[in-house]
Amino acid sequence: MKIRYHTVIAGLPLAAFGTGTLALPAQAAGIDLTVTIPRLHVAEYHRPYVAMWIEAKDKPDVRTLGIWYDYDMKKGEGTKWLRDVRMWWRKAGRSLTLPADGITGATRAPGPQKISFTAGRAPLGTLAPGHYELVVEAAREVGGRELVRLPFQWPAKTPQTVRATGNTELGAITAVIKP
Amino acid sequence: MKSRFALLVAGMAAVTLLATPALAHRQWMLPSATTVSGDDVWVTVDAAVSNDLFYFEHFPMRLDTIRAWAPDGSEAKLENASTGRYRSTFDVHLTQKGTYKIASLSDGIGGSYTLNGEEKRLPRGTTADKLASAIPTGASDVKISEHVGRNEIFVTSGEPSDGVLKPTGKGLELEPITHPDDLIAGEEARFRFLIDGKPAPGIDVTIIPGGIRYRNQLNDKTLKTDAKGELAFTWPEPGFYWLNATAKDTNTGIPRATERRMSYVTTLEVQAP
Repeated sequence: MKIRYHTVIAGLPLAAFGTGTLALPAQAAGIDLTVTIPRLHVAEYHRPYVAMWIEAKDKPDVRTLGIWYDYDMKKGEGTKWLRDVRMWWRKAGRSLTLPADGITGATRAPGPQKISFTAGRAPLGTLAPGHYELVVEAAREVGGRELVRLPFQWPAKTPQTVRATGNTELGAITAVIKP
Repeated sequence: MKSRFALLVAGMAAVTLLATPALAHRQWMLPSATTVSGDDVWVTVDAAVSNDLFYFEHFPMRLDTIRAWAPDGSEAKLENASTGRYRSTFDVHLTQKGTYKIASLSDGIGGSYTLNGEEKRLPRGTTADKLASAIPTGASDVKISEHVGRNEIFVTSGEPSDGVLKPTGKGLELEPITHPDDLIAGEEARFRFLIDGKPAPGIDVTIIPGGIRYRNQLNDKTLKTDAKGELAFTWPEPGFYWLNATAKDTNTGIPRATERRMSYVTTLEVQAP
């Protein structure tokens, strides 16, 4: 829904931004992300753990946008498998205290799952202008693991749509980089 | 029955103490994981002496030389320890965040002498205080060597830490430059080897990937440390690797010993990228 809304904004003449008649949140720069969790026909299915983060080439620090996991199991048992989201775990997860506000989320069902991030607000915060990759990594209990990268330029002058598709544990992924 | 078994195990352990690269047997500890997440985390460790890595098929490792240290340097308990026919096993409860070290240290004496024209080996388990009585009067061609072994593994809960990686300054040790729980296939790792706390140049370090049983080639790599005692290695594939460094010198405190043979073993887990 946000993506469609945004398309409308992008189609408006620049002068429209000054009118103050538009809904304010839509003007905020940010990222609308759609992650498709594939429907798998397997004997034992568990929803995958999914981590989303932003990294820049050759820079060690990464920004975690979200981690969907079984955060509400008794005694925090769901955290035991976070290390299986292993690239994220190495780059960011192991130095975080979880659950973390604005990052921790429940696992999600098969189908397209939408999540939006606003510039200037956690977890996206502020990004220095430059070239980045949005990385989505999924790891499924008794299943496989997959990592998909979506390169993007920040900030965007006009809304930029970046698409990538996983082969096994992730379906279509779309990121709309909003100016 | 029980005591006979205990004897058997003790005998095997003595063999292990003297294990040098010349022998085919390899001593190893294999943790259930080297990288763990969560709040109430444990690792379980198999400890064995075998030919193929990492299959427990020959002798168990003796437990009484194994100790564990928590990230803050305090000693951690080995729990649920037991020794079976082919392996020992124990758990460590990782109650702190950071890197734990689990190490088996051994120090033994090996040697031989000639008596009445016949070469005899020193009995297994000969200690320094019993050395004099172990060599009969009239023995000639006495060759005594000290065998010092360190076999250690590292497991990390949460973020890796460096506290337990500090060398003790005794014998042959690994001083990681790349953290041992931060190894990725395709990436280069750098390690420094030390003898008595000083860089050990020109020593042999063998690296063998696990899973030997299901391939025809050993796929071992033997590297030599450079002038700074360092080496670099790029892991060809993810998996567990066995690393063995060996060195010898004459710096031994054992009377009549002419050399000190040192062995360092670690098991390293290399993650998929």
